[in-house]
Amino acid sequence: MIPLSYYLVFAAALFCIGLYGVLARKNAVTILMGIELMLNAVLINVIAFWRYRSPDQITGQAFAVMVFAIAAAEVAVGLALFISIYRRRNTIAADEIDLLKW
Amino acid sequence: MVMQIIFLIVAVVTLGSAVMVVTVRNLVHAALWLILSLFGVAVTFALLNAPFFTVVEVVIYIGAISILMIFAIMLTRRTMQETGRSVNPGWWLAAFLSLVLFAGLLWMFSTWDGFSTTLPDLPAGVDQVRELGIALVSPNMYVLPFEVASVLLLAALIGAIVVAWERKS
Repeated sequence: MIPLSYYLVFAAALFCIGLYGVLARKNAVTILMGIELMLNAVLINVIAFWRYRSPDQITGQAFAVMVFAIAAAEVAVGLALFISIYRRRNTIAADEIDLLKW
Repeated sequence: MVMQIIFLIVAVVTLGSAVMVVTVRNLVHAALWLILSLFGVAVTFALLNAPFFTVVEVVIYIGAISILMIFAIMLTRRTMQETGRSVNPGWWLAAFLSLVLFAGLLWMFSTWDGFSTTLPDLPAGVDQVRELGIALVSPNMYVLPFEVASVLLLAALIGAIVVAWERKS
């Protein structure tokens, strides 16, 4: 059978790939995709810990449901922000949105 | 043994398409690779005996979030075919940081004695989906976080409409 370590290493790798996407990509939508990858890695961790450490309690699954809800809210607001920024400034490249920089 | 082979195939496909998401230049292709990667995560949930989350992953992430992203990419078309670089000048620093984080996580795992926990049996005769449904609405378990989450979703919905509203002047 698969030990817990497989899932943890897999989720850590997925999280680091997502982190690279967030830090390195220029386009704001790709940054959001990186955040999605990171959230998915967190979800794998939550459900793997539920399955391996406390399968008799439902807490882990309830926690995962919350993570799903947060992810959906975050994407909806984020994409609305990008569309609004695109309308006003005609770009969504992260390094050209520098209104707050001085 | 069969489970391990299935897991390894799924992990390789998921991580490979995740790498494609963060490196490929065309944004629509990145969104399609993201969908493949999310399918891999859904299969992982199935391997973890969480069928409810497999369905939720497919419906919410692949069905809603990815499609929303493709819409956003199409609505911001000029930057879609950007001819310049698709990464920041400091991308090597980002790659270095990610590798350092990965190595740090691996080191942290190796010092934890629960790292190679073997698979325990699920409690027999318990319907996990039913238990989860009861837990989410029962007053002495998670009804309050559940309601707060639904209010958050409603606020995000209204907020998204307000932010993206085009005012006709």
